[in-house]
Amino acid sequence: MHDSTSIQVRVWRGDAAGGDFADYEVPQQPSQTVLDVVTWIQRHADATLSYRFACRVGMCGSCAMMVNGVPRWTCRTHVNKVAQDNRLTLEPLRNLPVIKDLACDMTVFFDKWKAAEGHFSGSLTRDRPVAAISPRDRLRRAANAAIECINCAICYAACDVVSWQADYLGPAALNRAWSLQNDIRDTNRAARLQAVSANGGCMHCHSQQGCASYCPNELNPTASIAGLKRQAAGSFLKKKYPEHYA
Amino acid sequence: MLELRLYLAQRISAAIMAPLVLLHLGVMIYAIQGGLSAEEILARTRGSLLWGGVYGLFVLAVALHAAIGLRNIMSEWWSLRGPLLNAFSWIIGFGLLIMGWRAVAAVVGA
Repeated sequence: MHDSTSIQVRVWRGDAAGGDFADYEVPQQPSQTVLDVVTWIQRHADATLSYRFACRVGMCGSCAMMVNGVPRWTCRTHVNKVAQDNRLTLEPLRNLPVIKDLACDMTVFFDKWKAAEGHFSGSLTRDRPVAAISPRDRLRRAANAAIECINCAICYAACDVVSWQADYLGPAALNRAWSLQNDIRDTNRAARLQAVSANGGCMHCHSQQGCASYCPNELNPTASIAGLKRQAAGSFLKKKYPEHYA
Repeated sequence: MLELRLYLAQRISAAIMAPLVLLHLGVMIYAIQGGLSAEEILARTRGSLLWGGVYGLFVLAVALHAAIGLRNIMSEWWSLRGPLLNAFSWIIGFGLLIMGWRAVAAVVGA
């Protein structure tokens, strides 16, 4: 039986073919994060445990996994905030294929970023002066609101529409698209708007706000997607693309 | 652009339905105050272009709105795609339209 100085941890072990939970007992430490727990298991209990992390300070978006059924960034999640009766259940992120144990394959997640035209396209060379944009500008504030995404895929894991509709671009890619739609230096807004309003695009969002509830950076992809819906509908009805009324 | 068209059609049909539902409820509550028989109702609605138009438009909006909404649910919950999904959507849409307009014809027709 366990005591209060240890945490009972169930970790999903397996690969794309299937798997099951394994139980570990991990010593409790002050200010211990869920990532600390996973690292302890790999270093002291089972070196074959696979998981992913890099920065450990909430910047890189690598270490997200399901913690007691909820998607979280494990490096910034303290055990004492999420453990229930000193118990943790850790699983790979929902809605993504598993590679092994807690590491999932992010390929489809980033492919959808590309499909949503999630890259910046500028028209200026380095020899031209930097574009002067006021931080108080309405479009700049809309771009800023969506810009701090770290690509952790927590919103993607939290989204029920992604779980139902495999070709849905998902909250992260659409949030990224919205920040670029509000960047007046970007030259690809018409093509991006077409990409995000095609099948699998922003129209599928039910505004359930799972993404906004779980985003560790407190972004609101639902609001970004609503912006894309407004822009796509307005553009369709006026037969104009955003370049014309930006 | 099919998804965008369906999205807009569903919002526009909702915008049509909302005031018509309020009109329907308002007239119902107002007209029934002193008691009203089926015969008296039919006497008012038969041959009325206004009520035929109001309920005919309402049925059209319902058929559109419900068919698109159920199409989304069938696509998400049952993973229906392509011709099968289109067939289900048309059957639901036309089914509601025919049943609804038959009911309107029964109330408005002579």
